[in-house]
Amino acid sequence: MHVVRRFCGTSVGRKYIMAASGLGLALFLVVHLLGNSTIFFGATTFNSYAAHLHSLAALLRLAEIGLLLFFLVHIAFGVTLFVDNRQARPQPYAVSTSSGGRTPGSRTMFYSGLVILALLLFHLITVHFADDHGAISLLIRRHFANPWIAGFYIFGLAGLGLHLSHGLWSLWQSLGINHPLYNNLLGRGALLAALLIAGLFMAMPLLGLFWDGFLR
Amino acid sequence: MSAEKINLTLKVWRQKNSEAAGALATYTLRDISTDMSFLEMLDVLNEQLLLTGEEPVAFDHDCREGICGMCGAVVNGRPHGPERETTLCQLHMRHFKSGDTLVIEPFRARAFRVVRDLVVDRTAFDAIIQAGGYVSVNVGGAPDANALPISQKNAEQAMDAAACIGCGACVAACPNAAAMLFVSGKVSQLALLPQGHPERRERALNMVKAMDGQGFGNCTNERECEAACPKAISIRHIARLNREYLKAALSGD
Ligand code: FES
Repeated sequence: MHVVRRFCGTSVGRKYIMAASGLGLALFLVVHLLGNSTIFFGATTFNSYAAHLHSLAALLRLAEIGLLLFFLVHIAFGVTLFVDNRQARPQPYAVSTSSGGRTPGSRTMFYSGLVILALLLFHLITVHFADDHGAISLLIRRHFANPWIAGFYIFGLAGLGLHLSHGLWSLWQSLGINHPLYNNLLGRGALLAALLIAGLFMAMPLLGLFWDGFLR
Repeated sequence: MSAEKINLTLKVWRQKNSEAAGALATYTLRDISTDMSFLEMLDVLNEQLLLTGEEPVAFDHDCREGICGMCGAVVNGRPHGPERETTLCQLHMRHFKSGDTLVIEPFRARAFRVVRDLVVDRTAFDAIIQAGGYVSVNVGGAPDANALPISQKNAEQAMDAAACIGCGACVAACPNAAAMLFVSGKVSQLALLPQGHPERRERALNMVKAMDGQGFGNCTNERECEAACPKAISIRHIARLNREYLKAALSGD
């Protein structure tokens, strides 16, 4: 029990929990992105990818449960930390200026997190748990042809990119990985990876919206 | 080079005591020499206030040389003002222009109660140090300096961490009012030196526990602390604190 308290009940412990769950979620994103990139190769490839994936039913369930756990932990600790941190400065400054450390991503972690959560819930309800028995490519094509839905995805993915721009660097620092030898690499790598992940995902609704040949 | 004279508008936080509600009060200062330090400028303000029968502005200071850590206020949103690696006492008025408005507030954090005006109670830092920021095992008499097994690299880093003057600017700058940079300085310094090794596990656990207990916020890697630190202490020390804590949490008694 001692160890649980050392991690869940202290600031540095919770930092590790946020970083580790964030890393897990980021890895999932990469796998999800690689799989979904079959979208760029047309309906047949994409549908066959989906069929292969779903044939791994038992494994998939297991991964989903793990993923759900990571999400719940990341959200629960993220929200408590946010609330805690607001209370740590009850009287705000009349003038607050950055000393030069913060980034747009680091400023908005909580809010970009909410945007991601909204996108996630929408995505789960309308795609993952959709009561639709046709080909997945048809469903996605129909969705992304709708400017409201495509627009919502683009907005949500922008939030994801912003979140990752801080998170993908921050998690290494939290895990204690910081050295002048590779700090530059980690910082730039995080930005590049955030841009790449959000950008490639975003290309999907963009193509769906503007290209008639999408998932044909 | 003769000093210029500048005119300033100050908005200074006035608060009678910790219970009273505070507010910004506006004062005008004329002919301030740009050779003055920021604290000397406040001295001039206080003399002016005494002449008009108003209470002078309370602010902390001691060495006025940038080494004791007593001074500190937030100037236009930045702890110790706009100059990097500079304490408020070492900040000179030549960095301001005539006509500038300066908003001067105390370091704000739940863990730093305002005592009066710009003076805050930083005993929370003392409580953290008391929880483990020392070596209490017997390490013998002072050995020959060359006999100590410390690499030059570690000695340098320990020295960088030890440069902390405990002013609290890191807490003031942190959007979460976290004290991680302060705590990491001491933990890091002692973790890098052989004398600190016997107690490193308890130290990490106890100092983090004390830090949380004092009501500081949680670090979210905003990096404002290292940017505001007058001694330029790097968040590399925070990463080391994190590692020290992880090892201690998994293996400490
Ligand atoms: S008065 Fe000593 S550091 Fe400023």
